[in-house]
Amino acid sequence: MIKIRKRLADTGFGALAIMVFVLSAFPVYWMVSTSFLPNNRIRGENLAFFPTPDVFTLDNYRAAIFSPRAPFPPAVLNSIGVTFLTLVIAVVVGFVAALALTRFQFKGRRTFIVMILVVQMIPGEAMIISLFRIIDGWQLLNTIIGLTLVYAAGVLPFTIWTLRGFVNGVPKELEEAAMIDGCSRAGAFWRVTFPLLAPGLVATGVFAFIQAWNEFVTALVIMQRPDAMTLPLWLRTFVQATQATNWGAVMAASVLIAIPAVIFFLIVQGRMTGGLVSGAVKG
Amino acid sequence: MSTTLLDPVAPPRQEIRQPRRPPYLPWFLLSAAMVILGVLTGFPLVRLVAMSFQEYERAQLMGQPAQWVGFDNYAAILTDVDGFWTVLARSFVLMVVLVVVTIVFGMLVALLMMRVGKGMRLLVSVGLLLAWAMPSLAATTVWGWLFDTQYGVVNNLLTTITGDRWFGYSWLLDPLSFFVIVGCIVVWGAVPFVAFTLYAGLTQIPEEVIEAAQLDGANAFQRFRLIQLPYVRSIVTVLVVLSMIWDLKLFTQVFVLQDIGGDRELTSTIGVYIYQTGMAQGHYGVASAIGVVFVIVMLAIAYPYVRRTLREEEL
Repeated sequence: MIKIRKRLADTGFGALAIMVFVLSAFPVYWMVSTSFLPNNRIRGENLAFFPTPDVFTLDNYRAAIFSPRAPFPPAVLNSIGVTFLTLVIAVVVGFVAALALTRFQFKGRRTFIVMILVVQMIPGEAMIISLFRIIDGWQLLNTIIGLTLVYAAGVLPFTIWTLRGFVNGVPKELEEAAMIDGCSRAGAFWRVTFPLLAPGLVATGVFAFIQAWNEFVTALVIMQRPDAMTLPLWLRTFVQATQATNWGAVMAASVLIAIPAVIFFLIVQGRMTGGLVSGAVKG
Repeated sequence: MSTTLLDPVAPPRQEIRQPRRPPYLPWFLLSAAMVILGVLTGFPLVRLVAMSFQEYERAQLMGQPAQWVGFDNYAAILTDVDGFWTVLARSFVLMVVLVVVTIVFGMLVALLMMRVGKGMRLLVSVGLLLAWAMPSLAATTVWGWLFDTQYGVVNNLLTTITGDRWFGYSWLLDPLSFFVIVGCIVVWGAVPFVAFTLYAGLTQIPEEVIEAAQLDGANAFQRFRLIQLPYVRSIVTVLVVLSMIWDLKLFTQVFVLQDIGGDRELTSTIGVYIYQTGMAQGHYGVASAIGVVFVIVMLAIAYPYVRRTLREEEL
C-alpha cells in the first residue's frame, strides 16, 4: 500500500517536473520555431508547431537583416564595439582595483569597498536624465565611446567586487612560497597567482559582455540616431506599433540577439549562484 | 605596471622581508576605477541632484541658462497624485506581487528538484537555464508574440480549448492583463536564479537532520516549515532584497510591451515614468527630482543588504 502511494507520488512529481520544463522552455522554443516558419503558417487555423522541412524558411532572417526600418550591419558593429570595449575596460580596470583592495592594507580601503557596494545599488534608470545631459555636453551622443564609458561605470562595481573575491581566494602563501624559491614579487604574482585567477577573469568578462550586449535604457537615451543604434534598439524598431508587426521577422531578430547572450551565459552559469550560497547556510 | 611592483632590492634567498612599498601604490592601482566611477557615476549623481533644483525644460536644452527654483520640482511631483504618486504606488504593488510570486515559485521548483530523480532534475535545470539566459528584451518580444491579439498562440489555444472566439482579444490594452503579461515575463526570467540558489542551499542541509525529523513523524510540510526553511532563511532574505531591487527597476519589459500595444498612461512604472517625463516630454528638472526620490528609495531598500554583506565579509 505504502509502496503504491510512493510510486503514485513519484509519478506526480515527475509530471510536475515535465510541466516546469515545458513552461520554461516553451517560449524559447516558440521563438526559434516561429523564426523558421513562413508567415502563413505562424497564425490562424494553419498554425504549425514545428518547422518541418516542407515549410522551413529563412525568409524571416532575410526580412530582419534587410529591414528598411533600421539597418542591421551598423547595429551589429555598434553592439560588438561597445560590448568588446566595455568588457576590456571592466576586466582590466576591475582587476587592477581588486588587486589594490586585496593585496594591500591602506587607509581608505574599507571606505572604498563600502562605496563600491553602495554605488552598485544606484538605479541606472534614475540617472538617464543627467547622463543624457552630460554625454550631450561632451559631444558624445550617438558615439560608441560615450555609451562604452557609461557601461563601464555601470559594470565596474560588480566586476571589482567579484574579482576581489577571486583574488582573496588565492592564498598569499602561494606567492610567498614562490618568492622563497627566488621569484621576485611581480614574478611570483604573474607566474603563480595570475594563472589561478583566469577563471575569475573569464567569469567577470562574460558578465560584462552580457550586461553590455543586453542593455536597453541607457542605449535608448544615448544612441538616438538610427545608424548609432545597438542591437536591442534595432530589435525594438520591429515592434513599434506604427504598422502591423511582422512577428516572423521579430522572432528571427530576437534569435539573432539571444544567441550570443545565451552561449556566453551558459559558459558562466555555474558561478552565478555559488557565491550567494557559500557560507550562507547555517550548520 | 609590472615595474612598479618590482622590489627595489631583490630579497636575499631564504629570507622574505616585507618589501617596503610606497603608500600611494594602492591608490595608483585604484585610480582608473576611481576616475571612471567618479566621472560617470558620481558626477551624474551630483548633476541629477542639481538639475532637480533647477527649471530645466527644452529651452534649457537649447542653451538658455537654467534658473534655480529651490524645491519647486519636488513640490510639483509630491502634489501630483494622478501622476507621480499613482506611478509610485503602481510600481510598489507590482514589485510586491512579483517578489512574492517569484520567491514562492522559486521555492516550489527548488523543492521539486530535491524530490525528483537525477534525470528529471536535469530536465528541469535545462529548461530553467534556457529561461534564465534569455535577454529580457528578447523575452519581452517572445511573450508579446505568445499573447499577440490576432495571431498569438495563447489566443489560438484558448479558442481551441474553450470553443469561444479569442482571436482579436487584446491582452495589452487592459492594464490588469498588461501587468499579468509583465508578471509572466519577469517571473519566468527570475524564477531560475531563485530556484537554483535555493536548491543549492537546500542540498547543504545534512541528511541526518531530515531523517531524524522523519523518524519523529514530521510530515513533508512540517519538515519544510521547521527544518528546511529555517536553514535557508538567510538565503531567502538576500533573494527577497535582490528581487525587490530588480523588480522596482523594471524598465525594458514595461517599455517594450507599451510599444507593442499598451496604454502608456495607465501602465508606466517609475523608470518608464522618468523616461516619459524627461526624455519624451522634456521636463528634465521634474524628471530629475523623480530620479533623486528613486535613488533614495533604492538605497533604503538596499541598506540592510549592504550592511549584511559588510558584516559577512568582516570589513
